[in-house]
Amino acid sequence: MEPLLSILIGVLVAGAVYLMLARSLMRFLFGLILLSNAANLAIFVSGRMTAGAPPLVPDGMDVPPEVVANALPQALVLTAIVIGFGLFAFALILAVRAFRSLGTLNTDDMRVAEPKEKG
Amino acid sequence: MKSIILIAGSRLLVALMTVFAVYMLLRGHNQPGGGFIGGLLAAVGFVIYAIACGTEGARQALRFRPTDIAAVGLGFALFAGVMAAFFSDDFFTGQWLFINATPQDKGIPLSSVLVFDVGVFLVVFGSVLSIVFALEEEV
Amino acid sequence: MSWYLSLPLILPFATAIICYLLRDRPSGAWVSVAGSALGLVAAIVLMALVLQNGVVAGQMGEWPAPFGITLVADLLSAVMVLITAITALAVAIYALSDVDARHGQLGYHALFQILIAGVTGAFLTGDLFNLYVWFEVMLIASFGLLVLHGGKEQIDGGVKYVALNLISTILFLTGIGLLYGQTGTLNFADLAVKVDAVENKALLTVIAMLFMVAFSVKAAAFPLFFWLPAAYHTPSFAVSAVFAGLLTKVGVYALMRTFTLVFDHDVGYTHTILLWVACFTMVTGVLGAAAQSDFRKILSFHIISQIGYMILGLAIYTPLAIVGAVFYLVHHIIVKANLFLIAGISQRLTGGSDVFKIGGLYKSSPFLAVLFLIPAFSLAGFPPLSGFWAKYIIVKASLDESLWIVAFIALAVGLMTIYSMTKIWAEAFWKDHPDGIDPKLSALPGRTALLVPVIGLALLTMVIGLMPEPFVTFAERSAAQLLDPTEYITTVLGPEAMQAADPLEVAP
Repeated sequence: MEPLLSILIGVLVAGAVYLMLARSLMRFLFGLILLSNAANLAIFVSGRMTAGAPPLVPDGMDVPPEVVANALPQALVLTAIVIGFGLFAFALILAVRAFRSLGTLNTDDMRVAEPKEKG
Repeated sequence: MKSIILIAGSRLLVALMTVFAVYMLLRGHNQPGGGFIGGLLAAVGFVIYAIACGTEGARQALRFRPTDIAAVGLGFALFAGVMAAFFSDDFFTGQWLFINATPQDKGIPLSSVLVFDVGVFLVVFGSVLSIVFALEEEV
Repeated sequence: MSWYLSLPLILPFATAIICYLLRDRPSGAWVSVAGSALGLVAAIVLMALVLQNGVVAGQMGEWPAPFGITLVADLLSAVMVLITAITALAVAIYALSDVDARHGQLGYHALFQILIAGVTGAFLTGDLFNLYVWFEVMLIASFGLLVLHGGKEQIDGGVKYVALNLISTILFLTGIGLLYGQTGTLNFADLAVKVDAVENKALLTVIAMLFMVAFSVKAAAFPLFFWLPAAYHTPSFAVSAVFAGLLTKVGVYALMRTFTLVFDHDVGYTHTILLWVACFTMVTGVLGAAAQSDFRKILSFHIISQIGYMILGLAIYTPLAIVGAVFYLVHHIIVKANLFLIAGISQRLTGGSDVFKIGGLYKSSPFLAVLFLIPAFSLAGFPPLSGFWAKYIIVKASLDESLWIVAFIALAVGLMTIYSMTKIWAEAFWKDHPDGIDPKLSALPGRTALLVPVIGLALLTMVIGLMPEPFVTFAERSAAQLLDPTEYITTVLGPEAMQAADPLEVAP
C-alpha cells in the first residue's frame, strides 16, 4: 500500500508544480490545494499503514488487544486539513477581491505595489 | 432566485439540520461526530437558507453577526481551558461532573471538554457562514 | 507551573475576544492596550521564573510529554516572549492614534491580539506540529491585517504575501510528515534524543533542508525574500511595525530552535549552506535598500539584510556566534519596530513616504529627528548603541573562525546600512520640504499616543547599548542552553530521557 500511495503523492506534487507555474492566480491556488493534499497524504503514510481496527482501548484494559491504526497521524492530518481549509477559503476570497480591484488574475500584471521597471 | 418550493423547503431544512447538528455535537464525545462536523452541518443549513432567501434573509434569520458567533465560540473554548484553574489543574485539563452517578453507572457526564466542543461548534459555524456570506455577496 | 507558561497565550486570546465584541466602540482600542499591558506583566513573570529556575516546561491538559501538548520556556523563548510583549504594548499604544474607528470596526484590534498570541505560541511551544499550528494562527491574523484596508496596493501585496507563505507552510507540513515517519515523535525534546537513532542520515539531511527552506521563507532569507518588500509597505503603519518587528523573527527563531536542537547531525553541510544564505541575504537586502526611495521600502529591505546577520550567527555555530545571534534578535525587534513607527509619524507630518518628495523634519521637529537617529544609528551599528554590540559579537565570532570574507561582508553591509540611513536623514530630515510644508510635531493631533511608544523603544535601545553587560551575560547563558540541550530535554521528558535513545519502535 505504501509504494502506491508514495507514487500518488509524487503525481500530486508533479501536478501541483505544473499548475503553480502557470501565470493565472486561480491555477496557482489549485496547485497549492493539490500540494497541501500531497503533504497531508505524506503525513498519513509516514504513520505506517495498518489494517482496520480503530485505536480504542476496551474497558478494563491498559493497551489495545490487537494491532490498531496509528491515531496520531490521523489527528495531525485532520488538524492540517482544517487549517488548510481556512487558509484556502481566505486565499479564494482574496483572489476574488484581487480580480475585482485589479481587474486581472495574471500574476505578471499585478504590479501595483511594485511599479514596473521603466524601459 | 425565487422558488416557493425551495423557500418553504429550506425553512424546514434549517430546523432539521440544526437539530441534527446539535445531535452530532453531543454524540461526538465517544463516537464519530463533534463540534467541527456539527458546526459545518449547522452552517450548511443556513447556507441552504441563504440560497433560497438571499444572504440578507439568512443574516436576519441568524440574528447575530456570524463573526460575533465565532468570537463568542472562541471565548467558550478558552473558558473551557481556563476552567481547570478553579480546580488547580493545568491549562486545558478536562473537568468532569457526573450527575446521578452510582457505582455501576456514571450517570450523566458533564465536562469542560463538552464546553470546548460547543466553542468549536460556534467558531466553525460562525466562520464558515461569514466566509460563505462574504463570497455570496461578492458575486 | 504551567499557568505561568499558558498565561502569555490566554491573555491575548481573551483580549482579542473582548476587543472584537467591543469593536463598534472606541473602548476596543483601550482594551487592546490593557490586555497588552497584562501580557507584558505575564511575560516579565515568566522571564523571572526562567532566570531563577532554568528551563520551565508544562504539559497542557496533564498529558505527559512526548504525547501531550508541551509548552517550554528556556531563556531564548522567555526573552522572545518578553520582547513580543514589549512590542505589542508599544504598537497597541501607537494604534490608539494610528488606527481609525473604521479599521477598529473591521476588527483590527482583535486580529492584532490574535497575531500576538500566534507569535507568543510559536516561541513557547515544545512541539513541532504545534509550531505549525501557531504559525497558521499568526498567518491567518497577518493576512487579515494586511488586507484590512482593502485598497489596490494592499490586495496586490497581500496576494504575494499569502502565496509564498502558503507554499512555505506546505513545505513545513511535508517536512513534519517525513520527520515523523523517521522518528515517530514530534516533541522537540524527544526529537533531539531520537534523531541520533535514525539510520538514514541522508534522508534526515533532506528533511532538514525542507525545514530550512520553509523557515527561510518565513524569515525572508535569500533567495526567498521577495514577498517581504512587496507587502510590508502596504498596510497601515501600526501593522507594518509589528510585522517588521516580529513576523520574520519567528522564522529566525524556528531556524535557531530546529538547527540547534534537532538537526545537528551534519553541521558541516547544513550550516555551511546557512552561512552562504546569510551572506547573500545581507548583501541583497542592503543593495535592495540602496535602490529604494520609499521610507518603508528602504526599511523593509533592511529587515532582510539584518536577518542575514542573525542567520550568520546561527551558521557559524560557535558559542560566541550564537550569543551574537540571540543578542541581534532581541536588539533588532526593538529597533526595527521603532523605525517603522517613526516612518508612520513622518508620513503624518509631511504627507508622504517617498523620501525625495518630503523633507524639513529636522528644522521643524528636531525631537523626532533625535528619536530617528537613535534606532537608525543602532541599526547601522554605531557605538554605543545596541546594534554595535550585536554586530561586534557576530563579526568577532566570524574572525575567530578565520572566516575573513564573511567578516568583511558583515562589515561592508554595516557600512551600506549607514548609506541608506543617511539617505533617509538627508532627504526626509535635513533638506527643506519641496512643497514648502512645515511639518510641526507640536501640531500633530494624537501625538502623545504616537510618541510614547517611540520614546520607550528608543530608551530601551539606549539602555541595551550603554549597559550591554547584563544582556550579553544573558545571551551567553541562553546560547549555552541552545548548544547543550540537556537541561531542555530533561526538563521536558524527565531525568531518565538522556540515557534512553532506544531503537525505534514503530507499528509493523
